[in-house]
Amino acid sequence: MEAATTIQTVLFWTFSVLGLAGAVGLLFNRNAVYAALSLVLNFFSIAGLYLSLGAEFLAAVQILVYAGAIMVLFLFVIMLLNMQEEKGVFTFDIRRGAAFILGFAFVAEMMVVLKGFWNHEAGGEFTYGKVEPIGRALLTDYLFPFEMISIVLIAALIGAILVARRHTHQEG
Amino acid sequence: MELYSQILLIFPVLLVLITLAAYGSYAERRVAAAFQQRVGPNRVGPFGLLQPLADVLKLMIKEDVTPANADKLLHFLSPIISVATAMIMFGVIPLAKFGDSFLVISDVNIGILYLLGVTSVSVYGITLAGWASNGKYSLLGGLRASAQMISYELPLGLAVVSVIILTNARMPMGSDFLSVTSIVEAQRGAWNLFINPLGFIIFYICVLAESARTPFDLVEAEQELVGGFHTEYSSLKFGMFMVVEFLHLVIPPAIITTVFLGGYLGPFEGALGVAQWGNTAQILWGLGWFLTKTFTIAFTFMWIRWTLPRFKYNQLMDLGWKRLLPLALINLVVVAIGAAIYVFQTAG
Repeated sequence: MEAATTIQTVLFWTFSVLGLAGAVGLLFNRNAVYAALSLVLNFFSIAGLYLSLGAEFLAAVQILVYAGAIMVLFLFVIMLLNMQEEKGVFTFDIRRGAAFILGFAFVAEMMVVLKGFWNHEAGGEFTYGKVEPIGRALLTDYLFPFEMISIVLIAALIGAILVARRHTHQEG
Repeated sequence: MELYSQILLIFPVLLVLITLAAYGSYAERRVAAAFQQRVGPNRVGPFGLLQPLADVLKLMIKEDVTPANADKLLHFLSPIISVATAMIMFGVIPLAKFGDSFLVISDVNIGILYLLGVTSVSVYGITLAGWASNGKYSLLGGLRASAQMISYELPLGLAVVSVIILTNARMPMGSDFLSVTSIVEAQRGAWNLFINPLGFIIFYICVLAESARTPFDLVEAEQELVGGFHTEYSSLKFGMFMVVEFLHLVIPPAIITTVFLGGYLGPFEGALGVAQWGNTAQILWGLGWFLTKTFTIAFTFMWIRWTLPRFKYNQLMDLGWKRLLPLALINLVVVAIGAAIYVFQTAG
């Protein structure tokens, strides 16, 4: 038991530091490809944190969806655009200020919402990240929001196709 | 104790994988020669069996060139990412069963998702190699790779979901239906190939596409792109991409074997009483069947490579999005209904 908690502490600190490094790298890298790769590092670290909490399903989905699909698409677009290094100077205007305030408000809100989960013992019973509880929750208690999200996603997809289509019609 | 035996298993498995990859190159060239009525490599050692060693030696003494405008770090890292992502896939594939335990490096309870995840991450190696080389042929190869992998991941994932549904229906309640060992165990009696043939075809095509083998090898189409994503690579870095290419002759067939051909399961296991045999006999039996099936699938990979011409890019996208994806969706619904009927019948 003692050894298990030590390993978990080591894992926690490793993945936390790596995850934060990834997040900072995303924000401060001038090169878009490196910024995207920093985000991939961050996703992997968070997956590692999930794993060390026993939430294997969440970890796998994190890698599969974010690192494997979304970030590959991001890289694809970055490469297609052949972006140069960002040379802009950091300025502080009203929009940035508003973004900062909203960002802090969002973090504060998250902290309030997640307060109940705060004092969770690492390595204790952590069951809500496994397949069964997630599946059960999605198909019973949260069935309606779940289906609504699907509809919103489909609408977004169809909208994207429509926008892309109209564009080609005008050209040709 | 469990942990140490797993770690001990890693090294022999890696050694065997590297050897198989090396002899994959030999087999590929001999088989290609046979298809084209040539002899193939037969000069180095008896039957040319030392040819892979000679190839590696040749690559090792070549000069390692990095293009002047390349991104040095990523140019260095991407072959490593490629080899690593190809190799770690083998970690969850069970090679044999003895008593109640499995010969597997790690029987993760989300094993099949792990396989899908590593597959989707493996594209980084190729894409980054293409971008970091800073050349137009490389970049085009890398772009093609990422578009192709993302397109074929969808039908691949749907085919896997149909297998997961079948596994869940055939295994006792409460077992880990996402682990690779239960996917194999559920195939006792009838392989998924026979229950879910359409799923098998979709899965096979998608695996072929994900490993970028002919007819899906647009990422390195030599007539258009020189060498594709590895145009600017030389020496052992190029060698690492070659290792990946020939690992793709071992690992994807092993995955197909595991998911659809019953993995280590042999025929007539019940009649022969395999479960009562000694551990060594059981391991040899399982390993033997696993390797036989894997090599058979690998041979079909080579067969296809030397029979079919390469797709055009629009044909590739057509096949993925307009044919395989709808087919996979229909197959998923049919399998789900069938599994539901099966479960109701056995329960009631």
